Amino acid sequence: MKTWFKKGEHWVWFSASAVSIAVVLVFGLLLLIAARGLNHFWPHPVYDFQLAQANGQVEQITGEIHNRRIKEVFDPANPSVEIKEPQLLIKTGNRDVYGLDFRWVSEKDIVDQAWTKSQGISIIERYEWGNMYGYIQALRQSGHPTLLGEAAQVGLAQAVAKSHRIRAEIRHIEKGVIGGINHELQQLRFEERKLQLAQQWDSANAERIEQRRLALQGQYGDLQASLDALYAKLKAEGEVVVRIAGDREVVIPVSHMVHFWQPNEMHLGQKVVFFFGSIKNFLLDDPREANTEGGVFPAIVGTLTMVILMTLFVLPMGVIAAIYMREYAKEGALLRLIRISINNLAGVPSIVFGIFGLGFFVYVLGHSIDQLFYDYALPNPTFGTPGLLWAALTMALLTLPVVIVSTEEGLSRIPRALREGGLALGATKAEVIIRIVLPMATPAIMTGLILAIARAAGEVAPLMLVGVVKLASELPVNLTAPFVHLDQKFMHLGFHIYDVGFQSPNVEAAQPLVYATSLLLVLVIVALNLGAIAIRNRLREKYKALDN
Amino acid sequence: MSQTQHALHDALNGTAAKKRLKRRRLSDHTAKYSISVGGVSIIFAVFLIMFFLLYVVLPLFIPATMEKRGAIPVPGGIETTTLHYAVDDYKEVAVRLTDSGRVIGFNTDSQQVLLDQTIPLNGATITSFTLINEARNQFAYGLSDGRVLIGSIGFSISYPNNVRTVTPSIDWPYGDQGKPLIQGSIDRLAVRDSASRMMIVVQSDEDDLLTIRTFNKSSSFLTETVELELDSQAQMQTAFDAEWLLLGGRMRDLVLVSDKGQAEYYNIANIHAPELLQKVRLVPAAEAITDATFLTGNYSMMFATDKGRVLQWFPVRDENNDFALHEIRQFQRHTQPIHAIGVEDARKGFAVGDANGQFDLFYSTSQRHLGGERVSEAAIKMIRMTPREDGALIETASGELISYDIDNPHPEVSLSSLWSKVWYEGYSEPTYTWQSSSGTDDFESKFSLTPLTFGTIKAALYSMLFAVPIAIFAAIYTAFFMDKQTRQWIKPSVELIEALPTVILGFLAGLWLAPYMEANLPGFFAIILVVPLGIIGFGLLWSKLPERVRISVPVGRRAVLMIPVIIFLGWLSLSLSTPIEQAFFEGDMRHWLTDSAGIDFDQRNAMVIGFAMGFALIPTIFSVAEDAIYSVPAYLVNGSYALGASGWQTLTGVVLPTASPGIFSAIMLGFGRGVGETMIVLMASGNTPIMDVNLFEGMRTLSANLAVEMGETEVDSSHYRVLFLAGLVLFIFTFFFNTLAEVVRQKMRRKYGSL
Repeated sequence: MKTWFKKGEHWVWFSASAVSIAVVLVFGLLLLIAARGLNHFWPHPVYDFQLAQANGQVEQITGEIHNRRIKEVFDPANPSVEIKEPQLLIKTGNRDVYGLDFRWVSEKDIVDQAWTKSQGISIIERYEWGNMYGYIQALRQSGHPTLLGEAAQVGLAQAVAKSHRIRAEIRHIEKGVIGGINHELQQLRFEERKLQLAQQWDSANAERIEQRRLALQGQYGDLQASLDALYAKLKAEGEVVVRIAGDREVVIPVSHMVHFWQPNEMHLGQKVVFFFGSIKNFLLDDPREANTEGGVFPAIVGTLTMVILMTLFVLPMGVIAAIYMREYAKEGALLRLIRISINNLAGVPSIVFGIFGLGFFVYVLGHSIDQLFYDYALPNPTFGTPGLLWAALTMALLTLPVVIVSTEEGLSRIPRALREGGLALGATKAEVIIRIVLPMATPAIMTGLILAIARAAGEVAPLMLVGVVKLASELPVNLTAPFVHLDQKFMHLGFHIYDVGFQSPNVEAAQPLVYATSLLLVLVIVALNLGAIAIRNRLREKYKALDN
Repeated sequence: MSQTQHALHDALNGTAAKKRLKRRRLSDHTAKYSISVGGVSIIFAVFLIMFFLLYVVLPLFIPATMEKRGAIPVPGGIETTTLHYAVDDYKEVAVRLTDSGRVIGFNTDSQQVLLDQTIPLNGATITSFTLINEARNQFAYGLSDGRVLIGSIGFSISYPNNVRTVTPSIDWPYGDQGKPLIQGSIDRLAVRDSASRMMIVVQSDEDDLLTIRTFNKSSSFLTETVELELDSQAQMQTAFDAEWLLLGGRMRDLVLVSDKGQAEYYNIANIHAPELLQKVRLVPAAEAITDATFLTGNYSMMFATDKGRVLQWFPVRDENNDFALHEIRQFQRHTQPIHAIGVEDARKGFAVGDANGQFDLFYSTSQRHLGGERVSEAAIKMIRMTPREDGALIETASGELISYDIDNPHPEVSLSSLWSKVWYEGYSEPTYTWQSSSGTDDFESKFSLTPLTFGTIKAALYSMLFAVPIAIFAAIYTAFFMDKQTRQWIKPSVELIEALPTVILGFLAGLWLAPYMEANLPGFFAIILVVPLGIIGFGLLWSKLPERVRISVPVGRRAVLMIPVIIFLGWLSLSLSTPIEQAFFEGDMRHWLTDSAGIDFDQRNAMVIGFAMGFALIPTIFSVAEDAIYSVPAYLVNGSYALGASGWQTLTGVVLPTASPGIFSAIMLGFGRGVGETMIVLMASGNTPIMDVNLFEGMRTLSANLAVEMGETEVDSSHYRVLFLAGLVLFIFTFFFNTLAEVVRQKMRRKYGSL
């Protein structure tokens, strides 16, 4: 044993364990996120709990078991002693009735410490007030029950589908058509202001703009009328009577329902279908209830738009800088210094880029652009406020070192013989670079670009300063010209995690959604990184072949 | 010439070929120049970051500039003494109040008189005067018939013909007849008010009797006027020859000051039982006080002396909750007697004028002298700072009224206020404090970067404590012992951590790890003991196994073998949590810490940060250190083996000394990254700017502070620039560590090259 220590064997074991610890932590973390994130989509059984109350009565509550904990409470018999009490966190839903979605219940208060699956219970997801847990009793139209019991459920499914169609129509009119009219009205206001600033405001112009405005307002009035009709139609879908725990009856308009399901009656296949359905909704729906429910579609679109825009900036910048440094600049102390600095810039905290973006892009560049081109909109800033363009530029600057370093490395790996061959055949330097060097360096450039994208997609701190918001009313890309709105603020997956996890009033309810968003973000970024690694490996193989 | 040759000749030398050659040359040149210009400008843009940060920060340290705008004879002449000047926001119009009761409003450039009134004295004379509120230009006269007359100066702004016109007016908010307070004449007077109350302290000319009255303000909604209703009154006998009565803004501190430099400090919170708290000499016996006034906020008292000094004193609370006056700091530029102090309305700056005509600008919190010049041959009699702190009116003994434009945007920041302890108003001792904003107007901003820098280093160091051993040991094993196949997937999986968005790590740390750690605190401490012991135990056990089993897992695969062992040891440690708590910590370690050990505990603390950010630092350190160890030449290793050294002996004797610069640079890079990490600390550290090394308390780092405060600060304000300074500090910090790491690494590469 002495020699075992003397030979340093224990250190070898320690170092081997350090690797295992790191691996266990990485995969443990990924598993934790995956498990909690996916769990969010799976339909969970609903149970009935009989709670014994202090006055001897029994209270019934219904809900999903969400979490467990051991709570230290003072023993009522002997207040100086703390006892550990197992508790359940039950998601009871029905926030409009109970005031809260969640409730901690001590296991000892549950009659017989046992609970049963509720038979035939429905979970109704609503546009407001979260989920409702209860038994569907009847479908009513204008106050009269039309369908009862089982038939009500079938009828309800049809009614909900129909109300979705009407909602889609309403949405189209409100967001698309009326949005367009509002946009045009805004343009008219700007035109008026522009003419006034240019001292060309006369009665002819006033007449023209006023007429246009009246026409738009007329259209608006017509649309409003058809909207009213649609809303009336929506209301005519009736309402559903739900019996909730404690034998209370609640009435919900069909138009408030997103969908409903009976988790306890589902078999495995249905559960799987439901699981993928909820994933689809998560990816494609708009957020509801201050981002704590619904989907993350705008955040996905915002992240993507920002990243693509950033790519457009960073790719030419990085490649040109790298070509200059590798092919044209004179090697020397200065270039070495520049190279070290660019390398170091990759280690400068992202938040520093954020304050640079805010101070320089937004306040200096943006304000100047507003003064020069958008003076008619002042004092409302157009570009003098955080927005998509500035966020993309800031991220481009942040990821520029990654692209430069990677491209330079790629350029330096290209064998001299190829360049010299090109020159010997009479090609100019530019032709050698464009026809021979760059195509061969493409994989290296791609690797750098992918790493840059992965970094930009996960970075939140600088974006908080230069353009990300909690809730953007419109997508940064849409069908109104100029289609990509560079001056708009946008939503972002990473910021969504920060905001919902830390700024929302109902953190307990929002947590599953945050895990789901985290999982999505991790998947995207891990995929991007694996892609970069794969490209890098293929690249190495290629050069090995070239060297031979 | 054959036809082919001809065609070839044509293709090479013909006009088309020449043209083509020309075009190609042109495009070559274009490419060269455009790429050069593009490349240089992109590199320039990258460096712009550093210069832009400097450009924003620099104005903080630039002294104030003063420029004389003009001088006019004192309106109304100097036969009467000036009591006060009121100035409008645009420093166009001023109003002079004299001791004869005249009120003269005039344009400070054109001398045009806009207002000339005499206050309703009703036969009495003015015997004393005091300012109630500088910013609102509210003041009170004490009259020879025992009345107090409260007035204010207002400026109304109108735009006839699109030209700004400022019209001054005098207003008597509580009536123009005044309040009769005492029988004789009022010799000295002090008045303070709040939204609901007013307190008046007067001293009669005959004896040292002080009369104190408090009033309630009752507003009448019909007439929109405010009436004063007597609340209570008391008298107070002192045996003190006071020259100044100083009544603090809290209406409980009354300081009597004599021109010899003696002071008595009373607590008059209960006016019927005033309490003498302190008798104190403010200046040495040979020095005399020439002026005494409050700074904005009516908490700090400024005393000017005939030796050219200005002393700042304010009440300080001691451990027993007793207040006493303390000298906080002093300001001196010259030795001539100071004749006037002019205080700024909205911040803690002031200007002094002396017998020699010298004018100097100071700021109290930062203890800065911001500028000064000799404005006149004659002595300065009075200074009035303009409401927006962008100018001063200076009255001289020779009857001149000089107006100055002053550009003094950031006086509250100095190197000492950023990095040293500062004694802020209301604090019991000098402290390092970061508190950038508050609800009140006369708030003293506290811009000490020390607690933030401390928090940054604390967070980085605790995470290094976790990250360095794991990352370095893992690097050693991966580079030196591990076989090729395992290395191929282990290395990318550890490096995968680098790609994980830190917002996710922060979210998990704040919402999952922090409460979990709070509940299982002993378990986390058990890890420190259980895991290493378990590893050694397992190793020993393994060495005792039969050869056949041992050979099935070579040294290079031990990391895989250890994965289930590590999972088991981790689970074991955490499940030991409850038994340990029962045995040693009375069932609850968290309560035991606060109750028995007296250690403060926050749920989001340095330990959580240590784990979460440490985890994020592992790949940075790991991959650089691994590269360094991996690139140690094989013949060194083989030589060592050949001499009979064991694996570990080779490692410590040969490999590590060779690779140590690389490992050092790995640690530097890790530290640099830890210093700048934002989201994890923002989400899991609690963000309180305290200075305490306690493992169980949080911190606020420079980066998290930027993320929290940058969005809501006003552009170009001092706060904005101080935040940029914090960014610059971060930038320099990380740039320094990264450069150090890079230089060391390059040196090492050259060394390997020669080996």
